[in-house]
Amino acid sequence: MNRGEVLTEIERKQQILLQKADALRRSLHIDFRDRLVETIYSEAHRIAEAVTRVKPNPATDLDQRIDRIVTHPILGLPLMLLGLALAFWITIVGANYPSEMIARLLFAVENYGSKFFDWMGMPWWVTGFLWNGVYRGLAWVVSVMLPPMAIFFPLFTILEDLGYLPRVAFNLDWLFKKVGAHGKQALTMTMGFGCNAAGVIATRIIESPRERLIAILTNNFVPCNGRYPTLIMLGTIFVAGAFPPAFASFAAAGAVMGSVLIGILFTFLSSYLLSRTVLKGQASAFTLELPPYRTPNIKRILYTSFIDRTIFVLWRAMVMAAPSGAVIWILANIHIGNESLSNIITRWLNPLGYAIGLDGVILLAYILAIPANEIVVPTIVMGYLKAGMMMELESLSELRHLLVEQAGWTLLTAICLMLFSVLHNPCSTTVLTIYKETGSKKWAIIGALFPLGFAFLTTFLVASIWRLLLRG
Amino acid sequence: MPVSPHSCKTCPMYVNRLGVDVSRWDYLIALAGNPNTGKSTLFNALTGLKQHIGNWPGKTVSRAEGGFQFNGKKYKLVDLPGTYSLLSASEEEEIARDFLLFANPDVVMIVMDATAIERNLNLTLQILEITPRSVLVLNLMDEARKKGIYVDHRHLETELGIPVVPIVARTGEGLSFLMQTVSEVIEGRISLKPRHIPLDSDLESAVQQLLPLLQEAFPDFPNPRWIALRLLDGDASVSAVLTRNQEGNAFRKVAEKENEQGRSFDRNRA
Repeated sequence: MNRGEVLTEIERKQQILLQKADALRRSLHIDFRDRLVETIYSEAHRIAEAVTRVKPNPATDLDQRIDRIVTHPILGLPLMLLGLALAFWITIVGANYPSEMIARLLFAVENYGSKFFDWMGMPWWVTGFLWNGVYRGLAWVVSVMLPPMAIFFPLFTILEDLGYLPRVAFNLDWLFKKVGAHGKQALTMTMGFGCNAAGVIATRIIESPRERLIAILTNNFVPCNGRYPTLIMLGTIFVAGAFPPAFASFAAAGAVMGSVLIGILFTFLSSYLLSRTVLKGQASAFTLELPPYRTPNIKRILYTSFIDRTIFVLWRAMVMAAPSGAVIWILANIHIGNESLSNIITRWLNPLGYAIGLDGVILLAYILAIPANEIVVPTIVMGYLKAGMMMELESLSELRHLLVEQAGWTLLTAICLMLFSVLHNPCSTTVLTIYKETGSKKWAIIGALFPLGFAFLTTFLVASIWRLLLRG
Repeated sequence: MPVSPHSCKTCPMYVNRLGVDVSRWDYLIALAGNPNTGKSTLFNALTGLKQHIGNWPGKTVSRAEGGFQFNGKKYKLVDLPGTYSLLSASEEEEIARDFLLFANPDVVMIVMDATAIERNLNLTLQILEITPRSVLVLNLMDEARKKGIYVDHRHLETELGIPVVPIVARTGEGLSFLMQTVSEVIEGRISLKPRHIPLDSDLESAVQQLLPLLQEAFPDFPNPRWIALRLLDGDASVSAVLTRNQEGNAFRKVAEKENEQGRSFDRNRA
């Protein structure tokens, strides 16, 4: 018998088999699969009952009692938000002093460095470019980002290690399902608080391509670590300033929390829009296990939060910030006629900025900060001071004076900037990650422009309505 | 009906064991179980640092494999993705299922969280439908004791028809007894009578009608009953694997890769 005949013989038998299976399936009751699953579950239940005896135990009872509270239909969500607000508050309060200390140290180094260069007889533009441009950009990023990250990431990792995140997903699951997205998007969204690029990578846990795309495109709406400094500054200057000092830190935390809530709101809104238009479909079900609470492992927490997260994010920010610092310096120091390049661009951007409640300086800062969102604030300050370089201001009251008295910021500016900060386009790393994860230039571009559109539209509406009301 | 892994040399499905190189090992062990059952802890406890971590062919799910020796025999251990079931079509479940079906491991260690017997039994019952050569590993016994959960493992043994070994992977408690049991299962010194899921009469009769056809189309298949159930369920991925073309392609790819690496391999004995 030759081989070809054997193959066709087997193939024929397989055909018969598959046809028979199809025919039999049609003869079976429609819900036989559900019944099979039910049988498996009831068998498992029966055997488990037969072989286990449980002594009433305080530890298990405690687990269940905690779960009953943190996944409570009504209490669950507020508790979660309270926990997040607490984490923000601890971060804001705790990051203040180390941030100042690191800044003082790094800027002292800059001072000596540039003096040393002068002493060596370097041309002014070498000193300016390297120390006041590149180095100062790096110093800003390190001093502004490192302390909050070093506090926020371990807090976040403790919650993760405790087993709290699956409960977050459990609490938010029904909301995501309502807007036509996957419940696991709650987890990738939470990852986005650390870093949107990491959040985009985390969407791998969502199997359905449609729901995964929704999770990728909307991840940007939760503010990442690089955007907290802007939010914290706005909260501190414009919100906390209106409260007595004793409550200032709570008010600042509340303002950051408010921006986060707006971001989450837009996550749901945009997910809903996407799943009703270009990414139509049903939300798919998934099994979510609520693992027992375990005591966090200190060594692992320190390793994960410092090596995997803090150092990783910080390194990326530094790589991105160095060239941005250089560009800022160049723009401020190249003159056409009597005006610096940054002045010309700012003037040109002013009308668009005004329309959305901001101004040209802020828009320029956002354009320069595309590689790394964390340098937005220093760039804005630089633009106003026209000092030709990014500035470190000694105290927040000076900063407030600069923004309000000199640059003419109002509450509207602060509100629009907060909205813009939460909603605007993702940083270049995130866009690159979207491209890598989806393998499509189209989705990467949409991933960048979709939030930007939202940001412009929202701030434009807010600014217009605000001005209309004030006039009327 | 258990079939020795070597009796099916003529069947294309067994030739390469899904790319797992068992030439230097005497036995192939698969590690299955729910997520969070300490599967990886057991894996590390058994293999130490001798492990290779990569990806499953063509998938984004990571795959760990390693080797260890027991009583002069070498074992290769493959850590399957943690799953709650084998019935849905997630990448993890497909990998675990295909490995159990086609790589034909000598023993499957089903790792179970002793504090959550019921939830873990769902997967166990499904695995027993696929392969009888299993040992149930009752892990996290220390946590169970702490929580006041007492598991009658001898009773569980008679219920499931496979050996049940209580261990604490973290401390190594029970590991040598576990390996003793595994080797006895391989040598056939422990008789296995795995419990099958009782089926409704109409489903049972449909399965009975398919079985002879399955035997004809795939004479050496060790788990026709489970395949019959999946075919009746219209599981597209199972019928795809069974259909000549796809099955040929998927397995040929692995086979060709092994050939490139210079391993001897027989692929034209259909």
